[in-house]
Amino acid sequence: MLELQNISYVTEDGKTILKDINAKIDDHFVVITGPNGSGKSTLAKVIAGINKPSSGRILLNGEDITDLSITERANKGISYAFQQPVRFKGLTVKDLMSLAAGKEASLNELCNLLSEVGLCAKDYINRDLDGSLSGGELKRIEIAMAFARNSALTLFDEPEAGIDLWSFQKLIRVFEKMVAGNDGNILIISHQERIIDIADKVLYLKDGQVAKYDTKENVLPEIMGGAASACSVLTDKMKED
Amino acid sequence: MKTIEQNILKEVAGLDALPVGAYNIRTNGKSAARNTTANIDIVTKEDKPGIDIIIKPGTINESVHIPVVVSQAGLKDMVYNDFFIGEGSDVTIVAGCGIHSCGDADSAHDGIHTFYVGKNAKIRYVEKHYGEGDADATGKRLMNPTTVVHLDEGAQMMMETSQIAGIDDTNRVTEADLAAGAKLEIRDSIMTTGDQTADAYFTADLNGEDCSCNIISRTVAKGNSKQHYTSTLNGNARCAGHTECDSIIMDNAYVHAAPQLSAATTEASLIHEAAIGKIAGEQLIKLMTLGLTEEEAEEQIISGFLK
Ligand SMILES: Nc1ncnc2c1ncn2[C@@H]1O[C@H](COP(=O)(O)OP(=O)(O)O)[C@@H](O)[C@H]1O
Ligand SMILES: [Mg+2]
Repeated sequence: MLELQNISYVTEDGKTILKDINAKIDDHFVVITGPNGSGKSTLAKVIAGINKPSSGRILLNGEDITDLSITERANKGISYAFQQPVRFKGLTVKDLMSLAAGKEASLNELCNLLSEVGLCAKDYINRDLDGSLSGGELKRIEIAMAFARNSALTLFDEPEAGIDLWSFQKLIRVFEKMVAGNDGNILIISHQERIIDIADKVLYLKDGQVAKYDTKENVLPEIMGGAASACSVLTDKMKED
Repeated sequence: MKTIEQNILKEVAGLDALPVGAYNIRTNGKSAARNTTANIDIVTKEDKPGIDIIIKPGTINESVHIPVVVSQAGLKDMVYNDFFIGEGSDVTIVAGCGIHSCGDADSAHDGIHTFYVGKNAKIRYVEKHYGEGDADATGKRLMNPTTVVHLDEGAQMMMETSQIAGIDDTNRVTEADLAAGAKLEIRDSIMTTGDQTADAYFTADLNGEDCSCNIISRTVAKGNSKQHYTSTLNGNARCAGHTECDSIIMDNAYVHAAPQLSAATTEASLIHEAAIGKIAGEQLIKLMTLGLTEEEAEEQIISGFLK
């Protein structure tokens, strides 16, 4: 269980990005949604230890992890699939998947993990994780790396971004399987209705604040209410239904 | 052979035992072991130190190992090795030099390797430089390799050169000329640490129609080390050339990268690229989110980059 207590984040030049965030993430599958620039990725980085909060505490299973490094948090079971995957010159897909898994990954394991994101392992494992891969390929490998870690808490930052529709359908099934499998907590930042649909709870972040944190039935009207100011795929889709 | 020398042979030539095929092992200025084959002859030069390596035309899938080991302090070794690669052959040549210093005098190995690559011959040339020393040794380890390559029509050479550890001072000079249809690929990697300096000068004259040259250099400079890198492509005919130098700079190091191009015809197509920068913070962060410490992350990034 992850608990955020009074988390604020102010940039060096004094801009407040997160303001007094309080939330207990104890459900199995929680989606964070909200307009672009509302602070979702910043919050994910605060949880992973990449950004130090300006104030507030973060507790993981009751333990205060606010002052722990990125590495220490990773070793306590936090994984983070970035919104923008990082490129590496000279490190292959296999190298990174092995680092993620914490051991040399076998071809069989790589096949299983990469097929979850719609990639065929033998076409990819020896390729460098650099500019020679397309944005969508990099993104899928980023997600597969998070699967490989098999952590207690996994954060996915807009996993749908840059992924084609076909692969997205498949990805949803993987998340559904994770929901059914009940292995660890999953925190997904997403604008996708299909993902919100399977959420136990939805945290709606707006202007760096928790506008609503509840079941989707209770949160969606709130998002709809603010639709006039927000321009999002989600609200458009909601109207179609 | 002493364990120091065995270790060096393993580092520079990947050898645990005597290699298969032709070889010449030089230790402390003398030839220590040699083997020739029906197609590959190795002959000691009469007029100066060094050997001629003569590969018969049409020799396919054979290899030559010519490692050099210097383990005496104060030894200044200088060799001239000439390689005559017969037409249409396809061979691998593994050269390498390791210095183990143990005293306060400088140890050095300077070599001039000249390749005459015959028509349509194909060679892969691997050269590794490595230095190590006793903890109390103050003598410097110096290496100045010069490589001259003449590629005849349709000849191809793939050169992989590296210097990953332990050489205090190096000045690598590589010069090549290419006839019609010839192809040269060079992959060079260097890592310098402490107060080391490494200079590298590459020049390729693309003289023949449709010849091509690609030089890719990856370097890492740590500590107070200094690197100078110059690579020049001269396009004198319809040709394609590309040179790229990519460096990671750390601590208080200094890196100078100067790729240069010249064209004497509108048909020459030449490109250069150079980049110098520190390890990207986001790369470190990504690996740390996978559970690596910052130091472990740095090691992974550097070893991948130089691979
Ligand atoms: N290091 C930073 N310095 C200044 N502003 C930042 C920094 N990081 C993010 N921001 C700003 O903070 C806001 C929230 O960004 P982000 O968390 O990426 O939003 P989201 O993921 O919800 O789209 C944006 O306005 C962004 O421009
Ligand atoms: Mg974001």
